[in-house]
Amino acid sequence: MNGSRLPTAEFEAEDVARSPDVDVAGSSGIDDADTLHILSEQGELGSTLTARVGGEVVDFSPYVRADDTEHLRSLYRDMYLIRRFDQESTALQRQGQLALWVPLTGQEGAQIGSGRALQPQDYAFPTYREHGVALTRGVEPADLLRLFRGVTNGGWDPREHNFHLYTLVLAAQCLHAVGYAMGLQRDQLAEPSLPPAASIAYFGDGASSEGDVHESMVFAASFKAPVVFFCQNNQWAISVPSTVQTRVPLAQRAAGYGFPGIRVDGNDVVAVEAVTRWALEHARSGRGPVLIEAYTYRMSAHTTADDPTKYRLSEDERQWRTRDPLLRLETHLRSTGQADDAFFEGLDAQARTMTTGLREAVLSMPVPDLEDRFASVYAEPHPLVQEELAFFREYQAGFADDGQVS
Amino acid sequence: MPTMTIAKALNEGLRAVLDNDPTTLLMGEDIGELGGVYRVTEGLKKDFGALRVVDTPLGESGIIGTAIGLALRGYRPVCEIQFDGFVFPGFNQITTQLAKLHTRSDGMLSAPVVIRIPYGGGIGSIEHHSESPEALFAHTAGLRIITPSNPQDAYWMIQQAVTCQDPVIVFEPKRRYWLKGDVDTSAPASDPFSAHTLRAGTDATVVAYGPLVPVALAAANAAEADGRSIEVIDLRSVSPIDFDTVTASVLRTGRLVVAHEAPTFGGIGGEIAARVSERAFLSLEAPVIRVGGFHMPYPVARVEEHYLPDIDRILEALDRAFAY
Repeated sequence: MNGSRLPTAEFEAEDVARSPDVDVAGSSGIDDADTLHILSEQGELGSTLTARVGGEVVDFSPYVRADDTEHLRSLYRDMYLIRRFDQESTALQRQGQLALWVPLTGQEGAQIGSGRALQPQDYAFPTYREHGVALTRGVEPADLLRLFRGVTNGGWDPREHNFHLYTLVLAAQCLHAVGYAMGLQRDQLAEPSLPPAASIAYFGDGASSEGDVHESMVFAASFKAPVVFFCQNNQWAISVPSTVQTRVPLAQRAAGYGFPGIRVDGNDVVAVEAVTRWALEHARSGRGPVLIEAYTYRMSAHTTADDPTKYRLSEDERQWRTRDPLLRLETHLRSTGQADDAFFEGLDAQARTMTTGLREAVLSMPVPDLEDRFASVYAEPHPLVQEELAFFREYQAGFADDGQVS
Repeated sequence: MPTMTIAKALNEGLRAVLDNDPTTLLMGEDIGELGGVYRVTEGLKKDFGALRVVDTPLGESGIIGTAIGLALRGYRPVCEIQFDGFVFPGFNQITTQLAKLHTRSDGMLSAPVVIRIPYGGGIGSIEHHSESPEALFAHTAGLRIITPSNPQDAYWMIQQAVTCQDPVIVFEPKRRYWLKGDVDTSAPASDPFSAHTLRAGTDATVVAYGPLVPVALAAANAAEADGRSIEVIDLRSVSPIDFDTVTASVLRTGRLVVAHEAPTFGGIGGEIAARVSERAFLSLEAPVIRVGGFHMPYPVARVEEHYLPDIDRILEALDRAFAY
């Protein structure tokens, strides 16, 4: 085989859509007519609260909570606190206190909006970037860092928060969410007095190419499982744009599985919350799964090990900064007199307290003993683990006299 | 005491767990209406309904992944993978998720999922229908792997797998599905992760498991005619391995042959050889000899009889052990 017969680099560049702004058949980005927007980039509430979902037009007005000042302020507070948490975590990584950090900046609207739509009995299955959703589920921010500090692969009790552990293998959690929903379905049949519940599976545009997303949607549709698939299309799977993952808006894929799919402006926290509330109700009421594509942008790097300057244009980043989910809600709150400087200054003070506590918590996280790891390999006693633990203890004890091991 | 085939014993064992525990459910391809391609689940959908005997879409990752989710909600799913060679689309869910959930959660979560896999050759089938991939799973911490060789074990071990708090893979010797034997449905079952000495002997030990257990017993009988007394151990569990039973036997006999259908390279036999060498070095009269598949993908059906370990291959290995 002669490698020189492959197309040249110039040819390839023309042929393959690399930029997310390239108009791909049926996908015209954020201005797509089928994308639900409620709060504009100028911070103004739209009057159209309907969007086309599959073949029908859905009125989302019963699900919109835009006239509740305290609610809007609390959405802003959550988005603000998690951004400050994100910035502090990035700093901790840069200072060598975390092995890695996965920033969420830019995705606060999608995460807080969807997380706040959940009811206590619902169960969320995150990827590894859902810090905002975790906040809405009551997970201690410091506990989110234990994984990245290298002291555990988990960090919190998922059953306490109905928020599963971070899953690092892409899309694996989508199947777990469907199976969990199948369990909810059976529980509901056995005990009709239980409050109806749904699960929600988070994944990204990159993970949408994984086979497990396909299988999870097939299983969910076949069994009409009460699950919401929540895809944050943040445009980039590390360095590869979403146009390489899909040639149609991801929300349209739902039609192929036979359930509703909708694209929502992921930087519009009001719209995301409304759509997710609608989708969860759809799932809980026995009408089957829903796919939500939250169209957003990863304003920061994929992880702290990434360098976006190598693959994307600063002009794109600049454009998306005007669509910042925090900025538009702040504009709305200020212009409508629902929040003033005192409110935002108060949040800053709250964030400072949070990040100071976070730093202290990270620095004081106890380093586990390898002995502890032996204990959780199996739930029931296991002779090989016991034998190796006994060896390890004896081996370690051999250093006790010369002071090498405390 | 009823007599039944291994397939029927598994069926009865599954019926018992469905009867005993309302959180158990079976899921897999063609297991409901059809009763599975080997009819192991025959009649169960009719008696327990479609919510507990679930005909799934054709996706092995989907089966394992949704079983994990069901387990997280408090259910005990028993998954059937149709054939050994078709487990690999589910390999990711088994090794990166199922095996690790307990440790990832620092012991807070458990995933008591059972995966049944018909395995092994000798049925004259086409590619992917005759493999023995147990070593690939044994290398993964967090999983338990058992393989019954007779109806009595089949009946009890499948039930014990379901009640175990850890994920358990049950490799079922598909060419022995129709092997008949007595099943004592009232006897308390022994530890499924222990080995059983099926035949006492003084001159050498043969360890086998799953489909090769009857072959090992036949080889021992043939050796008897030559005046050699062979002990035969059914390993029953390939993870964990009951090294105590194996070592105790070798300390008495001084010679060990390990037989499995899986290729010898990187296999369970090598692990047993290494452990026995460490534990019984001074009692060994000969190196541990492995009998197994060759380092090739499972061969075409017309030549599989030359690939699969048979009585003569085990006798030849014993000859080599006795030559020292």
